[in-house]
Amino acid sequence: MKPAPFTYHRPLSIDEAARILSDVAEHDGRIIAGGQSLAPMMAFRVARPHHLVDINEIAALDVLTIEDAALRIGARVRHARFIPGAIAGPTGELFAKVMPNIANYSVRSRGTFCGSLAHADPASEWCALATLLDAEIIAHSVRGERRIDVRDYFDGAMSTTLAPDEIVIEARMPVLREGTRTGFYEFSRRKGDFAIAMAIVAFSVENGRITSPRVSIGGAEPYPRRIHEAEAALDGAAPDAAAFAAAADAAAAAVDPMEDAMTDAAYRRDIVRAATRRGLEQAMQ
Amino acid sequence: MNAKPQGVIGQSVQRLEDRPLIIGKGMFVGDISFAHQLHMRIVRSTSAHGLIKRIDAQAARALPGVHAVWTAQDIPEIGPIDFREGKIEKLEPYRQPVLAIDRVRYVGEPVAAIFASDAYIAEDAADLVEIEIEDLPVIMDARAATGDFAPGLSSEAAIITQGFGDTASVFATAYAVVEIDVTVGRHSGVPLETRGAIGRYDAARDVLELHGAAKVPHKNKETLARLFGRPAAALHLFETHVGGGFGVRGEIYPEDILVLAAALRFGGAVKWIEDRREHLMAANQSREQHHKTRAAVDEKGTLLAIENEFWHDQGAYPRTHAMRVAETTCGILPGPYRVGAYKALGHYRLTNKTPAATYRAPGRYETNFVRERLLDAIAAKLKISRIDVRKQNLISSDEMPYARPLCVLEDDVSYDSGDYVGLLDKSLKAIKWDELQGELAERRKRGELVGVGLATFVEKSGLGPTDGAHVCVDTTGAIEVITGGASVGQGFETVMAQVCAEALGVDYRNIRVVHGRTDRIDFGIGAHASRATVMTANAVHAAALIVREKALSFAAELLQSDAAMLDIIEGRVIRRGESEGPSITLGEIANHLRPAAKLRRGREPGLSADGWFDTDHQVYPYGNQIAVVSIDRETCAVNVEQYVIAYDIGRAINPVLVRGQILGGFAQGLGGALYEEFLYDERGEPLSVTFVDYLMPTANEVPNVEVIIAEDAPSPRNPLGIKGAGESGIAAVGAAIASAVDDALSSPGAVTQLPITPQRLKKIMNRLGRA
Amino acid sequence: MTKHTIQLTINDQTRTISIDARKTLLDALREDCNLTGAHAGCEHGVCGACTVIVEGEPVRSCLMFAVQAQGKTIRTVEGLAQGSALHPMQKAFTEQHAVQCGYCTPGFLMLTVAALEKTPHMDDEALREVVASNLCRCTGYENILAAVRIAADDMRRRP
Repeated sequence: MKPAPFTYHRPLSIDEAARILSDVAEHDGRIIAGGQSLAPMMAFRVARPHHLVDINEIAALDVLTIEDAALRIGARVRHARFIPGAIAGPTGELFAKVMPNIANYSVRSRGTFCGSLAHADPASEWCALATLLDAEIIAHSVRGERRIDVRDYFDGAMSTTLAPDEIVIEARMPVLREGTRTGFYEFSRRKGDFAIAMAIVAFSVENGRITSPRVSIGGAEPYPRRIHEAEAALDGAAPDAAAFAAAADAAAAAVDPMEDAMTDAAYRRDIVRAATRRGLEQAMQ
Repeated sequence: MNAKPQGVIGQSVQRLEDRPLIIGKGMFVGDISFAHQLHMRIVRSTSAHGLIKRIDAQAARALPGVHAVWTAQDIPEIGPIDFREGKIEKLEPYRQPVLAIDRVRYVGEPVAAIFASDAYIAEDAADLVEIEIEDLPVIMDARAATGDFAPGLSSEAAIITQGFGDTASVFATAYAVVEIDVTVGRHSGVPLETRGAIGRYDAARDVLELHGAAKVPHKNKETLARLFGRPAAALHLFETHVGGGFGVRGEIYPEDILVLAAALRFGGAVKWIEDRREHLMAANQSREQHHKTRAAVDEKGTLLAIENEFWHDQGAYPRTHAMRVAETTCGILPGPYRVGAYKALGHYRLTNKTPAATYRAPGRYETNFVRERLLDAIAAKLKISRIDVRKQNLISSDEMPYARPLCVLEDDVSYDSGDYVGLLDKSLKAIKWDELQGELAERRKRGELVGVGLATFVEKSGLGPTDGAHVCVDTTGAIEVITGGASVGQGFETVMAQVCAEALGVDYRNIRVVHGRTDRIDFGIGAHASRATVMTANAVHAAALIVREKALSFAAELLQSDAAMLDIIEGRVIRRGESEGPSITLGEIANHLRPAAKLRRGREPGLSADGWFDTDHQVYPYGNQIAVVSIDRETCAVNVEQYVIAYDIGRAINPVLVRGQILGGFAQGLGGALYEEFLYDERGEPLSVTFVDYLMPTANEVPNVEVIIAEDAPSPRNPLGIKGAGESGIAAVGAAIASAVDDALSSPGAVTQLPITPQRLKKIMNRLGRA
Repeated sequence: MTKHTIQLTINDQTRTISIDARKTLLDALREDCNLTGAHAGCEHGVCGACTVIVEGEPVRSCLMFAVQAQGKTIRTVEGLAQGSALHPMQKAFTEQHAVQCGYCTPGFLMLTVAALEKTPHMDDEALREVVASNLCRCTGYENILAAVRIAADDMRRRP
């Protein structure tokens, strides 16, 4: 399990990285950040990039801040950064709830948020969260900067609409309103494994009624998406067991679950239902 | 005759092995390098069954840094891999060739070998080898219709039978018959260290060396010397640190033979380190068996007869063990219970999966699951408690020794000692069984799915027939113990040192224990079948007692005392009961026993001795396990809340090490019960070739375990009373958890298959209407 | 393939090695620096046997290319003890019988030392979560957890 040969590049600025990637993109050039997904694929030789462009030395990618009510996460921000208090408000609370569920301690100290988006694993927690928060993915290339709405970003399992010469340099997402309630639940056979399904939810409660509900389901389909049927079931309802059950049923009915050797669609659908309800319940705690 | 105990036997002293391992100075096979070594890489079949049409290695050979590429035709002199215990007529034609000849039979089968200057280049070259294979139909289920292994050779390589009594007539007249149909999933030891081997030919001495040996170096030396036609002194095996054995490591695999053949041909060192993907498709897998088992009982649940037909999924080839797992399955299934009549019929079937062999508690993890499922089924059918059905069938202590006309590892089954009911009572007390029933009932009322399950079992250990050891005191008083044993990380050195220390009267830390070196001692059977402590320690004990005698008799002369009045305390011979007064150290005695020493006067030179321990029978430890589980009604995940393991070891040399064996075995057993499984698709493609797909328990999954180590029934079959420790923790985990899951579902017999994955449990719960 | 000449500070010692870009940090430590304490258990970042500390963070050295470590400060298990004085974590591992075959041990030592240096106060659940990052096949983890708890106390008491 030794990787195939490649040429290594270590740019010190975003522009330099873009220039190099532009040159090597057609020779299967790839960006490496945390490497926690790409390096294993290279070890198995299912990925054999001829060029690796390492963006770990680009200090400008360290940005993690809220500006104009939008959270900005640069491409060098690692999972472990999202500890409680790192980001203010309910958005920060939600990030801190999700973060410990990613892989394990060591992977979290090296893997990056934007790397997860670029890798686009169906079971990526960050992809589901970016979907929930209507994120924009900032893609940079020698041709300039492109902002991709998360709804137009995923293209299939581990596939995105990024061009080969584009680098995800940042993700931006509007922060949740103060008072927004959030919840997260995922199920995997062992904690930290790729989830069979997960739900991330956010909503407010005004005058005893749910407003602005959001439900993002990950792991069940090739890429995460907001489940509007579940959101509709919540919108205006009292935040009670009946509403949560209705939303969970709606989410389960709406998904078209992937299957694998172990997991059939029916089981995954059941997990979507359970995850949605549990995520919603957590939001009320 | 026994030495006055210094008390180190039975003490949880710290291990002698640890220091290098915690400072990063361990010497595992991957840590060894020889100058100018070549690196081997195996090109493996990507087809589960097919005819090899063409192998093109031109591009690989042309790659800079590649020294050679071999296919089967490059090594015509090397025959298929022999069985450890010698020739087995009916399996001879099924033996695995070192590199596939004409036909491949599993994904991962070695087809070609690359030898290159560097492991990275070797892997590049392997990618360049083109293999054209014409696919043949695959057999992926041992219960499916048999096919041809080769023209005229059935995939049912053998049928194994054992039994006693006339089961048919018992079944015909029994009060009730209970039948189960259950499956144990394919999983294995998966040590953290993958396999590895370095072949080295020392032309100056004409010695061929294999570094990275494990478990059974001496046995493997015999086999390899035969294969290479070399005299015993011209081939040696060297055990390194071994990163977990579990049955998997230390067998002779194709790669071991290839590095030796290449070392001979190229005249240097050839190193091979398995990668994890290879390990999960090429190292021995285990456990996969389907059982149709039935019991005839009377109205009280007394076991009158058992019939046990099973299908053993051997994978593509027999391995060095031949049929041991299936044979053990036959011989040990009745376990700790009296049975009037018994018949086992095993179908030893070859399929197109990775070959199988032993994994910690081979044949017992499987049969404990099957038999305990059967006992639970009897209890359910007759509406008696799971405890009562066991207690009334358990062999009682006054029936010991208890022989039954069955055979395990070529040894007639004869349980040596035990109080099975007494130990079960200890566990029931520990878990507060009666109170627990009330608590669980309360929780069930609140809608929880919770349950408790239990399993009792008898282990086997201390496989003979003999073991030898050499104990030598040098002139500084330091002691070397040379054994034919092996260490797979279990604490072998510490335990041998403790036994030697106590017999000899020295500090165990002053003892160096040699193992796994065929150049240091001629004979050894190694570390498997939980034999090391029973067999090797008793041999060490015997040798140490002889040395003690020698020391005392010489000291008696030197101190002008009666030997019977002398004792050895901390390496010094003194008059019994006198801490002051004349004394002499063992080092000084050794000095007087130098060949040229003046005072030796015709005594045999050296303060050293060989000791042997022979046995007619294995020894049979026993135990029970109790699990409390809860099931998530929606995800169907099983959570093990509480676990008790009680085990009678006869005599614990080092209780903390025994407990460590039990805890580690439990974690592996938990893997087999809930998580681990080698899956294949319908074309024979293995689906569990990464650690993302083959799910071993982490610290999140393994609960704390209450371990009860009993010493109620020391073995009468060896002077120390020892029984083996290695396999008790794992042996009944599948059985106990299955029983607990049934209980949680209030549905006896619900679980018929291991591992109990949430996906499978969901289907069961849907069927039962419990989801 | 062009060789990269890189400088690493390993256990307070600066080394210059020349490696291919594709060489993992694990292989570079083992083969080019003769530091074989970190082990290859899976080479795909799951088992953690290869864990070393890079710039204070626990890193799976099989998932980092050596060339990426240019100029970085690395600690390996060989640097944990101060001369013959064991690190509290090493001491606790041997005293609590947290070592069996010892193959995973260096990875667990470096993982837990890094975690506790960053976060000296961790509750039991957090410690278990850290330990759950790596795989051990011998011990069943109970004694590893016991050792880490004791070492955590010990480390907090020392400056």
